[in-house]
Amino acid sequence: MSAIMHFFDVFINSFDVFLNGLWITFQLSVASLIIACIIGLFFALLKISNIKVLVWIADAYIWIVRGTPLIVQIFILFYGLTDIMLIPMFWAGVAGLAFHSGAYIAEIIRGAIQSIDKGQREAGRSLGMSNGLTMRRIILPQAFRRAIPPLGNQFIIGIKDSSLVSFIGMQELFGVASTMGSNSFDYLPYFITVAIYYLFIVLVLTVLVNKLEKKLAESD
Amino acid sequence: MQQGEDMIKVTKLNKSFGDLHVLKDVDLTVKESDVVVLIGASGSGKSTLLRCLNFLEIKNSGKIFLEGEQIEEETHNLNTVRERVGMVFQHFNLFPHKTVLGNVIEAPTQVKGVPKDQAIQEGKELLDKVGLGDKYDVYPSTLSGGQKQRVAIARALAMKPDIMLFDEPTSALDPELVGEVLATMKELAEEGMTMIVVTHEMGFAREVGDKVVYMHDGKIVEYGIPNELFDQPKEERTKAFLSSIL
Repeated sequence: MSAIMHFFDVFINSFDVFLNGLWITFQLSVASLIIACIIGLFFALLKISNIKVLVWIADAYIWIVRGTPLIVQIFILFYGLTDIMLIPMFWAGVAGLAFHSGAYIAEIIRGAIQSIDKGQREAGRSLGMSNGLTMRRIILPQAFRRAIPPLGNQFIIGIKDSSLVSFIGMQELFGVASTMGSNSFDYLPYFITVAIYYLFIVLVLTVLVNKLEKKLAESD
Repeated sequence: MQQGEDMIKVTKLNKSFGDLHVLKDVDLTVKESDVVVLIGASGSGKSTLLRCLNFLEIKNSGKIFLEGEQIEEETHNLNTVRERVGMVFQHFNLFPHKTVLGNVIEAPTQVKGVPKDQAIQEGKELLDKVGLGDKYDVYPSTLSGGQKQRVAIARALAMKPDIMLFDEPTSALDPELVGEVLATMKELAEEGMTMIVVTHEMGFAREVGDKVVYMHDGKIVEYGIPNELFDQPKEERTKAFLSSIL
């Protein structure tokens, strides 16, 4: 009983500090996932370009990201970037996370684009639309809808992965939990607390994605 | 029969997919306001010929003239060529994320830069014409196959093409919906639209067609006026094909 009471104590008393961490996690996730989507779209378009060297570049990028642990990528980018330029820790973290998620998002978007019936492209082209215009107005809007469930999944992974930038010193959610745990030698309640915050974020995101999916499904 | 200018002229057209030689030295001339019906077994090259005419497939050799002007893939902007050549597909290929009216105004506004108000007005007129005046704002998924195909026709007409290509426009339809699409096409033919139609609807070919072309194995076997070709085919191949389908 007292263990549970103790946990609630910790949960309530650490609220302010965790709220700070939550805000940083939020900023990290939003910034890195927006950039990751841009990177992902870019490399997806390279992959479907049919131009050998561009496909090769995209393949190489995806291979590097998938072939190395995220924590290694974060450290390399952090030390690499801070060596060559003055860059705030926050943006080094964002760079690492975006670089990582971008590869997975590229594969999601590529798959979604290729899943769109080729008749859609032909219809656009037959109306005199250029390749680029057909992609932008006809293919991508449909591909985006189809990509929402896997993208939502990837966003959830991205948010949880943002905990790893605590290792370069960011005091986001997980960083706050580690610091407070080691300061008090009372780890467990802080880690359970941080788990609850992550569960809450993921719950909110899941509801939002489901709503978006329903709204966009209206035309189907 | 109208004797207009040559709308489309094709000489010695060849097209291969890998080792498969699909079109073999095809020659075809379509006069303005003519309705030419392409018939033949599947795999005979009818659809490929149609797709070469609006450059969805790029020929291997031969010449394609549009209104007397030779179109070369390397030098012509194929997008502007395609604006003049409307295409209707077997599977409609409507844009599912756009409303019926959205489908119709997409290309005029995006490609030709027609002001939206004007495109909407013209789009509504076209949809009224194909009998879908009550469907402007619904999404294609709510329509029947026949309605979808009529939207697709309106969508192609919205670009004000000089010629319309129909690639088996009724083959994917339930039998009871074929009539409404053929009626729309007939109306279009009566207005003087130049049309090339790949179809298995022999009644339509006979009634609306000015010329019928029978293709077999990538070649044009016989070419003629519908009643003559259907009633007194000259070639054995044509006879065999007609007896197999009638």
